[in-house]
Amino acid sequence: MIEVKKVWKEYGDQIVLERISLTIAPRAFVALVGPSGCGKTTFLKLLLGEERATQGTITLDGKPLSPEPGPDRGVVFQRYSVFPHLTVLGNVLLGKEFTAKKFTARLTGAARRAAIEESRALIAEVGLAGSEDKYPAQLSGGMQQRLALAQALIMRPRVLLLDEPFGALDPGIRADIHVLMRRLWNETDLTVVMVTHDMREAFTLATRVIAFERPRSAPADRERYGANLGSDIQVWPRRVAGGFDPDAPLELSADSPDRDDPIATKGTRRDDPAPISPGASS
Amino acid sequence: MRPINLKPTRINQLILALLPFAALLLAYTIGSAARLADNPSDKLLPALTSITDAVNRLAFVADPRTGEYILWSDTLASLGRLFAALGISTAIALAFGMLVGMLPYLRALLAPFVAAISMVPPLALLPILFILLGLGETSKITLIVIGVAPIMIRDLALRVLELPREQIVKAETLGGNSWQIALRVVLPQVLPRLITGLRLQLGPAWLFLIAAEAISADSGLGYRIFLVRRYLSMDVIFPYVIWITLLAVLTNVLLDWLRAKVFPWSELGKPA
Repeated sequence: MIEVKKVWKEYGDQIVLERISLTIAPRAFVALVGPSGCGKTTFLKLLLGEERATQGTITLDGKPLSPEPGPDRGVVFQRYSVFPHLTVLGNVLLGKEFTAKKFTARLTGAARRAAIEESRALIAEVGLAGSEDKYPAQLSGGMQQRLALAQALIMRPRVLLLDEPFGALDPGIRADIHVLMRRLWNETDLTVVMVTHDMREAFTLATRVIAFERPRSAPADRERYGANLGSDIQVWPRRVAGGFDPDAPLELSADSPDRDDPIATKGTRRDDPAPISPGASS
Repeated sequence: MRPINLKPTRINQLILALLPFAALLLAYTIGSAARLADNPSDKLLPALTSITDAVNRLAFVADPRTGEYILWSDTLASLGRLFAALGISTAIALAFGMLVGMLPYLRALLAPFVAAISMVPPLALLPILFILLGLGETSKITLIVIGVAPIMIRDLALRVLELPREQIVKAETLGGNSWQIALRVVLPQVLPRLITGLRLQLGPAWLFLIAAEAISADSGLGYRIFLVRRYLSMDVIFPYVIWITLLAVLTNVLLDWLRAKVFPWSELGKPA
């Protein structure tokens, strides 16, 4: 459980976040949304430990968060999440090697074979089987993000932080990786916090969507008033980790209509199930 | 078609690359022939035949006084100094560049100092080095190191700082400590750049070598050039200059080949 109590973040004179209080339940999937520059990413950096709160406290399972990034919190960024000088296997293996060998950071012998076994399983899990010996530059953007997920998950982190992880991907590839992301969250003991500015992505994946907003955004007020939490929405129907059929289609997917598109004529989760025939007048 | 869209074929590329060299050779031959026609004992632009004679004499005939083949002993002396100095500079640059790039406290301590040192004109220090270290090999090697290492340190530290912050944070979330991150994340990624930095410093390194040899040495390519300058022996100076250039070009190519061979990933994602 992550508890955020009255957190403020200021950079010099500029107040970015003010009075953020929030409790995130274990195994929740929280999406942070909001306009650009409203402090979503800053908030994620606070959770990550890359930045420190100016005031207030953040605790993870009752203990104050360590002030630097650590293995209890995994992260996937939009870019630069994988190491260009390591192969796919090397990238996933790295966390294991860091943990096992404090000085050489390299595994040998039986320990290495076991770690490779585990890494390969995880690589297959994220759909990269067969690409173990490729370098990240030889992978597509979607595959790189899959690799970044595998690399983070091998540490079995309590919390997975995602900073617009799928923002740069094509819609089709994004839909595929959404299915993967939901399955991983569903099957792993994992609390996920994801920053996104794609509303549909937020509502496709999350159990809870939290909007950051600046109550006073007039240019004169911009520096002196930070963002706080606007709306906090439980996604309905309620989603529970572990309660999914992993192969069920997502309620929203890349080919379901967007807000301004004509509504789909088929489907079970629409508000209005009456089919609209092309010739019917209203 | 616009000139910006006209691209040469591979054959044309080769021909075009050779063209300036051929033009230079041709211009030299014409100039030399004209001068020699005027004055057969002209020394400034010797004929190609007298240059090849000189090369033969220097490279393949033992010096009657010392029994040495002068070109080779000079080359050996110079390359020994050069590579010793470059090796030392590379080791210094690697250690200090990584430390300055990775640790904010050491950066605060050393970065301004290294920046200031790299602005000292090394040749101005040469008299000091000769006085302090004597006229032997030490002072020559030190000169090259002083001239080359600070810039390599700065280059490497900048490269370390250029690594995306995300990568370092990611490595921390994988449980890496500072040493492990240096060893497994930063070092492998800056080594290709270290080799490139070394390549870029080949020119300055040769400059300092020749300068030091010109002032005080008893062997070496720079020593020879400045020795025969007294006799206007252009037939020796020209081939020596070409030989030095060739050695530098060859080192450059070899280092780049080594980088691509040892760090194959550094070739990927490079703009073609």
